[in-house]
Amino acid sequence: MKLKKRIPLIDQHNQHGFWGGKFGGSFIPETLKKPVEDLTNEFKKLRKDKKFLKKRDHYFKNYIGAPTSFVKLDNLTNQLGGAQIWAKVVSEANGGAHKIYNATVHALICKAMGKKYIVGDTGAGYAGKMLSMAAKKFGLKCKIFMGAKDIKRQKPNCDAMRKNGAEIVPVYSGSQTLVDAVSECMRYWVSNCDNTHMCVGSTVGPNIFVKICGWSTAQISRELKVQLKSEFKKIPNKIKLINCVGGGSSAYGFWSEFIDYDKKQIELIGVEAGGPKKSKLHAAPLSRKTKIGILHGAASYVCQNKEGQINETESISAGLDYPGVSPMHCFLKDTKRARYTYATDEEALKAHQMVTKFENLNPSLEPSHAFAEAIKIAPKLSKDTIIIVNSCGDAKKDRDILRERLGKK
Amino acid sequence: MSSLINQAFQNAKNENRPALLTYTVAGDNTKKRSLEILKSISNYADICELGFPHNTPIADGGQIQTSAYRAIKNGIRINDVFSIAKDFKSKRKNKPIILMGYYNMIFQYNENRFLEKCKKSKVDGLIVVDLPYPENKSFAAKCKKKGINFIQLVSPTTSEIRLRKIIKDSHDMIYYISMLSTTGGKLKVSPKRILEKYSKIKNQNKSKNVVIGFGITEKTIKSLKKADGLVVGSAICKEISNSINKRQNTVTNVTNIVKRLKNKIT
Repeated sequence: MKLKKRIPLIDQHNQHGFWGGKFGGSFIPETLKKPVEDLTNEFKKLRKDKKFLKKRDHYFKNYIGAPTSFVKLDNLTNQLGGAQIWAKVVSEANGGAHKIYNATVHALICKAMGKKYIVGDTGAGYAGKMLSMAAKKFGLKCKIFMGAKDIKRQKPNCDAMRKNGAEIVPVYSGSQTLVDAVSECMRYWVSNCDNTHMCVGSTVGPNIFVKICGWSTAQISRELKVQLKSEFKKIPNKIKLINCVGGGSSAYGFWSEFIDYDKKQIELIGVEAGGPKKSKLHAAPLSRKTKIGILHGAASYVCQNKEGQINETESISAGLDYPGVSPMHCFLKDTKRARYTYATDEEALKAHQMVTKFENLNPSLEPSHAFAEAIKIAPKLSKDTIIIVNSCGDAKKDRDILRERLGKK
Repeated sequence: MSSLINQAFQNAKNENRPALLTYTVAGDNTKKRSLEILKSISNYADICELGFPHNTPIADGGQIQTSAYRAIKNGIRINDVFSIAKDFKSKRKNKPIILMGYYNMIFQYNENRFLEKCKKSKVDGLIVVDLPYPENKSFAAKCKKKGINFIQLVSPTTSEIRLRKIIKDSHDMIYYISMLSTTGGKLKVSPKRILEKYSKIKNQNKSKNVVIGFGITEKTIKSLKKADGLVVGSAICKEISNSINKRQNTVTNVTNIVKRLKNKIT
């Protein structure tokens, strides 16, 4: 298994859609074959279409607000000693998280295909909120599938979705979280694929959805590359790019431009959700030894039992609370290009506390997992090491959880 | 020698009616009970489909999901599914049984081991919901080698070219999904249109047995009786749920509904 140079990772799959010959693919019911094929052809065409690219760039700049800023966290750096800590503040994007890139691109594709309805899944509610924003912006009717448990714990985002005119469909099956929301959304698409476009909220699902999402979030690393060059005159010699990984869309977007670099120069570190300290449940398929399985149309490392039943997961962060992970991250793990670890709920909360105490930054619980790793390793590293954390979400949505766990107002 | 599946269709044809195929979930609501149900309904059903439950079923509607979750909650394991099939076949030697489920269960068990076990349990066919053509080519070939029918699915969205290829690669039976829906949806396409599409498939190769499934209930079954076979699943799973809720005998109630279904097409 080997990575290729100078080819975007989203295109390094074989003819059946597998990365490294075994991750990804399209394990879908027959009914979805045609809509998936149509979408695949449309995307192939659109990504080469100059007009479409111009449109994308226009909305990225004027609607999403690209580029998001790249800042040094001086206080946190001084406090920890050791490596410099920087943040790519992706949460500045319209809506407050990276999910807006994928949502905007899907809405544009939906329009291009002449469909009037768009559906999507959501965990933390960001994917749903952004899709509802994009749907409103482009005049599409929108339905969002969301686990009943998540609806309760991410209320601010639900309020936003409703305000944007989207219908939230609560999902009561299984663990009532993201995994069930994705299943229900796919079932809905099976039944309505003739007039409805489906957006998968992360770099997961059948091959084409992994590609579209990765293509969209790649904007993050394109911006970062420019910003690094302007800040340091060249790409520095010791960089660590730390990102939380649930499905893995922000991590892929944060890394895509840097995968070709030697890992001694640019190390890629993915931080999964370790769950509560004392719990056996987690959402960390890459860092806590799992086997390859098929979930939601793709083969990836999956939290599952011996029989192949998908395990329930547990994490304080709804956005990371998913038993599978992007096939591209599985590929990056097995080729050893990226290193994956996890942070527990408690570590993420502590990191959130520390970052908000020292910096004018309010990372949500998802990137707080990444900050936990940064805080852990920074003191041991040299001062010329540049740690960059993708602060990919804003903590406004976590208001209730933070109040409960930290007594925050 | 012709397969048991082929023979079942031939028998129905001789009686001038479509074959009746039932779907129940192994272990719903217990291992023992699901075997009893299977044995009892096989007096009226021509072919029995037995689902091996998965907890992330992306193509199943509410009724079958409920049955699957119930069976998993009651501890059903894949080896139990095989033992139910084996028990059933030891009592009903000539009744074809088809296992149906999602690919991850087969993948975790190992394809070859799974098929070996199917053969030992005298399973006649397999339907794998999320392993479409052409991805299923190698697995379908393995099935054929073991004398197990791999049943290809065809849907209203299947293109003509694709349809030709799938039929060419199919074994004795083809499953036509009546409409864009998960299992258990309300029949939202007219029987006439379903049968038109059905004929298109059938006319490509008359020797293949084509069945129609999805949305078939006591109400709709009669209107589709021109088909080679008709599959009823959700309506049966729903009856199991109802019987449990009302604390009635599931075996009797489910058998009655299958009996009524059969009467409607005879």
